[in-house]
Amino acid sequence: MSRFTISSISNFVTNIVIILLTFSVFSCSSIKESAEQQTLYQALGQQQGIERLVNIFIKKLGQDKQIFPYFAKASVSHFRQGFISHICEASDGPCQYEGDNMVDIHTGMNINEADFNRVVELLVLAMEEAGIDYPIQNKVLAKFAPLRGEIIKI
Amino acid sequence: MNQLFNVITTIGVALLIVPTVCLANGKILATPGVSQVEGSGGGGLVPWAQLAGYATEDEIAISAFCTRATVQDFQLDTCGAQVNFYDRLELSYAEQNFDVEPLSTTLSQEIFGAKVRLYGDLVYSAWPQLSLGIQYKALDSDDIAFALGAHDNKGVDIYLAASKLHLGALAGYNLLWNATLRYTEANEMGLLGFGGPNGNGGIQGEVSAAVLLNKHLAVGVEYRQKPDNLGLNESRWRDVFVAWFPNKHVSVTMAYVDLDTIAALPNQDGWYVSLTGYY
Repeated sequence: MSRFTISSISNFVTNIVIILLTFSVFSCSSIKESAEQQTLYQALGQQQGIERLVNIFIKKLGQDKQIFPYFAKASVSHFRQGFISHICEASDGPCQYEGDNMVDIHTGMNINEADFNRVVELLVLAMEEAGIDYPIQNKVLAKFAPLRGEIIKI
Repeated sequence: MNQLFNVITTIGVALLIVPTVCLANGKILATPGVSQVEGSGGGGLVPWAQLAGYATEDEIAISAFCTRATVQDFQLDTCGAQVNFYDRLELSYAEQNFDVEPLSTTLSQEIFGAKVRLYGDLVYSAWPQLSLGIQYKALDSDDIAFALGAHDNKGVDIYLAASKLHLGALAGYNLLWNATLRYTEANEMGLLGFGGPNGNGGIQGEVSAAVLLNKHLAVGVEYRQKPDNLGLNESRWRDVFVAWFPNKHVSVTMAYVDLDTIAALPNQDGWYVSLTGYY
C-alpha cells in the first residue's frame, strides 16, 4: 500500500515536471517566433532606423570612386525615398514600394558583377555603421539578392 | 627550396600572362573559399565549385598558398598557385612533399589542375554553382608506391562540384555547403601511387559545410571518401576548420584533421594550417 502511494506520488511529480518543461519549451518558442516575425523591420529600427541606414549608405555611395559615376546623374532624394520604402517593404514594414521596377531603373547602366558586389559591400558597411547586427544584415541581403538578375548587365 | 622556386615560377608566369590586369577584388570577402591540399580552390581537403581568387567576369586573379598538415607518423607540406580567368577557368599547380617519418623519407608529387565553372554563382543563382575539374598528378618518388602494389605513378582525377551560400539561412548566419563527386584511382591522393591489388578506385563523395560567424570568419567541417586500392585500410578523411579572411589579400585556415589509417598505420590525427595570398 505504501509502495503504491510512493509510486503514485513520484508519477504525479514526474507528470508535473514534464508538463512544466513542455509548457516552458513551448512558451519560449512562441515568444521567440513572434520576436522573429518582428525582427527585420523592428531590428532595422523601423522607419527612423531605415532612414538613417539609407542616409549612411548614400554617403558611402557618394564617396566611392568605383560606384559614384553610376549615381552622378541620379536624383539623390528620389533614390533615397525609393530605397527607404523598398527596404521598409522588403523587411515586412508597413509600407509599399511604389517606385520604378529594377529593370527600368538599371537598363543602360551595364552594371557588372564586381560593381554590383561593391554596392553590396557598401550596404554592409552602412549597416555596420548603423549598428545593425550581422545576422540582421544577412537577412536584409537575402531579401535583395534575388533582384540581382534585374539589375546587372542590362 | 625547389618547391619555393616552383611557386615563384608559377606566379612569375602568371604575371607575364596578365601584364595589364589590376587587382581583382570583385567577389565578396571570403566567398572564393581557400586552397585545398591538391592546389584547387576549395576547402582544405575538398575542391569546391568556387574558383580560387576574387576575380569576377571581367577580372583575372592570382593566388598562391602553402599548407602544412602534421599527424602522428606523417607530415604533408604543399605549396602552389592558382590563376582565375574571368571566374570561368581556374588553372592550378601544387607541389606536395610528404614526410613518412617511420621510413625517414619524403615523397614528392606534382599536381596540375584545371576547373571550369559550368553554371551559376555561389551567392546569387537560384541553383548551386556547378564546376567541372581535373587534377593531373605525377608522383616523382614512386619506389614506396610500387613496393606497396600500386599500378601507376601518374593519374588523373575528375570531379564535379556543386556549392551554394545561403544568406542568413542559419538564424541569420550565412551557410555554405559544397558537394563533390570525384573519379579517382589515387592512393592517399596519389602519394602512394594509383591503383592496386584491390582495385582501381572509382567515384568518391566529398562534402563540406561552413557557417560564417561574421564577414571575416568561417567555421566548418569536411568529409572526403577515399578508395582502398592497396588493401591497407585507406580511410576517409575529415576535418573541422576555422578560416579567417582579414581582407581580400590573405586568408589563414587552421583545422583539426582526422586522417585515420594511412599505409596501415592507424589513428593519424593532428593539425593543419594554411596560408593563401591573393592578388
